[in-house]
Amino acid sequence: MTTPFANSSIRRRLVIQLSLIAAILSLTFYLIVRFVAEQAAIDTQDNILAASATSIADALYSERGEVNLELPYSALSMLGSISEDRVFYRVIVDGETLTGYTDLPEPTPLPIPSNAVFSTFDYRGEEVRSVAVARTVSSSGQAVNTTIIVAQTRLGLEAISSSISTTAAFVGVGFFIFLTTLSLLSAQSALSPLRRMTQSIKRRGPHDLSPVKTQLPSELVPLVAALNKFMARLHASLTESEAFVAEAAHRIRTPLTIVRTQAEVVLRKLEKPEDKKALRKMIRAVDESSRSAGQLLDHAMVTFRIENLLTAKLDLGEITRDTCEHLSPTAGLKDINLIVRIPDEPLPIAGDSILLQNALRNILDNAIKYSPADSDIHVTIEKSDHYEVSFTDQGRGFGKADLKSLTKRFSRGDNASDIVGSGLGLTIADEVARAHKGRVHIRSNTEGPGACVSLILPRV
Amino acid sequence: MRFAYFAAGLVLFTLGSYGASAFEIEGTRVYPAPNSTVTLKIISTADINVFEPIILEFQRENPTISIDYVIASSTELMKALHEENAEFDLAISSAMDLQTKLANDGYAQTYSSTATAYLPDWAKWRNQIFAFTQEPAVVVISDAAFQGIDPPNNREELISLLRENPERFEQRIGTYDVRASGAGYLFATQDSRNSDSYWRLTEVMGRLNARLYRSSGDMINDVSSGELALAYNVVGSYAMSRLPDYPGIRIILFDDYVNVMLRTALIPQNARHPVESGILIDFLAQLSLRPELTELTSLPPIDTAHLRENSAARPIRLGPGLLVFLDKLKKENFLQNWVSSMEQE
Repeated sequence: MTTPFANSSIRRRLVIQLSLIAAILSLTFYLIVRFVAEQAAIDTQDNILAASATSIADALYSERGEVNLELPYSALSMLGSISEDRVFYRVIVDGETLTGYTDLPEPTPLPIPSNAVFSTFDYRGEEVRSVAVARTVSSSGQAVNTTIIVAQTRLGLEAISSSISTTAAFVGVGFFIFLTTLSLLSAQSALSPLRRMTQSIKRRGPHDLSPVKTQLPSELVPLVAALNKFMARLHASLTESEAFVAEAAHRIRTPLTIVRTQAEVVLRKLEKPEDKKALRKMIRAVDESSRSAGQLLDHAMVTFRIENLLTAKLDLGEITRDTCEHLSPTAGLKDINLIVRIPDEPLPIAGDSILLQNALRNILDNAIKYSPADSDIHVTIEKSDHYEVSFTDQGRGFGKADLKSLTKRFSRGDNASDIVGSGLGLTIADEVARAHKGRVHIRSNTEGPGACVSLILPRV
Repeated sequence: MRFAYFAAGLVLFTLGSYGASAFEIEGTRVYPAPNSTVTLKIISTADINVFEPIILEFQRENPTISIDYVIASSTELMKALHEENAEFDLAISSAMDLQTKLANDGYAQTYSSTATAYLPDWAKWRNQIFAFTQEPAVVVISDAAFQGIDPPNNREELISLLRENPERFEQRIGTYDVRASGAGYLFATQDSRNSDSYWRLTEVMGRLNARLYRSSGDMINDVSSGELALAYNVVGSYAMSRLPDYPGIRIILFDDYVNVMLRTALIPQNARHPVESGILIDFLAQLSLRPELTELTSLPPIDTAHLRENSAARPIRLGPGLLVFLDKLKKENFLQNWVSSMEQE
């Protein structure tokens, strides 16, 4: 079952609904204005007609026993003052037409005095509005009933109502545009917390699974609570799998060490060169696995420590020197000369010493691994607005590999297949650097062959 | 060129009834066009010699339209169109009230064009009646009769003058017989509306045995011959056109108010060639662009600016107000009052 419009945007839905409401309001407004204005125009015409008929009635008089009329000029001219409409009138005395248009129809029912009767009908090819007024005139002591009918075509009325309609339509359209603009703005502002929340989630680092704490309207709180719960679950599950990997690596490494030692012992005892070759291959494979397990363990440890980063005041020079000392025996095995050039001054830094040592060790380990025998590795620290710890070797470099992808997990240079390695070394260095708001910079050695890997860290 | 039209034209002058109709006509003249495709039948109250230059100029520009020009009094024109449904393509009349009644009662067609849109609002009604001249009602005096007296500047001064000099003006005042002349009735009724002094003036004129006329032309003739000292409510355009021929007369525009009559044209409902009538109405509405025709006809074209120069000028307003004095009872009462004022003895 699918809900209609399930995929359409809330914003669009809001705008469409508000626009519909605006359209209904505008239309209603237009119709009301038109109705009221037209009614007012009709009332105006009726009032003038009534005034005209009344002024004619007032001009009736009796002379020598006969009803006479002195038609006032204003009675008809007032009707011509607002429009160019045709005007008709008829005065009926005792059922006989006294003057005017004899074919102008009498209204039914006939009006009674003090009560005008309005009607609309066709006369001489045009629609007319007419009023009939009754008046009793006393003639020779007798009361004579008279009826005065005044009618006018509705040209002016139509002109007025069409001009009102046009104005009302313009105002209605303007009203609609205004309301729609407002609805756009209000949809925008109603949805802005959602956008804020999206931004705050987008801005997070790839490993940040901490709860979202942005200030949010109450409607979004359940959603964020659900999201936070979900992230907590995800975090727990990730931690669990990291722990599992670490545990697995640990469990594999110990037996592997035993296997290697035993293999070495056996190797010395073997005499056939083909057996020795096979066993060396095996030892190499064991080394590879053991190293990978070690790095996985390192990685798990690094991940854990990054999440709960402890910052202490450290000296970068000291850490670097320690690392170099720690690895100088390994370098010595390959007759590699470590040339360390570190400024002889305190290089304070805030961070986790184990993490930093791990990162430096991984970089240096890589450099040693890929350096040919009897070569130099330069270790330098440059100090500008940041620290740059560089390891420059004379090895094979990175070939054509994408330098940026090298820091990804299990990614290795495309010319490294003959050397034991897991591809986690630079990843660990990179994660540590990022946790310390720094980065790893990888480039080819500018002076001769080899690579230069730098750990760039901010100064305190 | 103009002469050629004359020569080619079949000039026909008849008196009496037009065809089998019952309405009276005063004359008719046909102006055939060189490439005639239609004949426009015009019924008009304007004298042929006044209107001829307009017709000839119109035909010069529209050489396919022949014109059959019928002259009738405004009352007969009304009778022809309102009662007898005579077929005409254009009705031209100085009787604004009757033209208004024709339009009001549905005997006129609606027409509009760029040219009519330029007419001021007071010079048209319902896009059915179109004014093309503005002609003031003036006073014409004989210089000889006013030797030693200042001519009057308004109605009050005229009344005083007449009261103070009865012997000088006895039988020497002329005005319209409002019973016989549509223009006269229109001027008189507007006078009665504009000012209370009108009835006093009528009474004074009646006491002096004023002479009554059917047309402006006759009044001007009699002023110039010296028979009349003063003619009241003369159509200004006629007086202007006669001025060069009659050196002894003078035209006075009163400063209290001057009624301005509008000569109007309308297309009757049963016109056969309303399109051509429209062309002629456009031509008439734009007379102000042809000063040479104004020169020839002495018909002042519609010109708001010119009208504003004289603050006393009041164009008679087209519209239903004009129907009031056409009311049967109103007219009877008015004429009764007028007759009793004018003929006291």
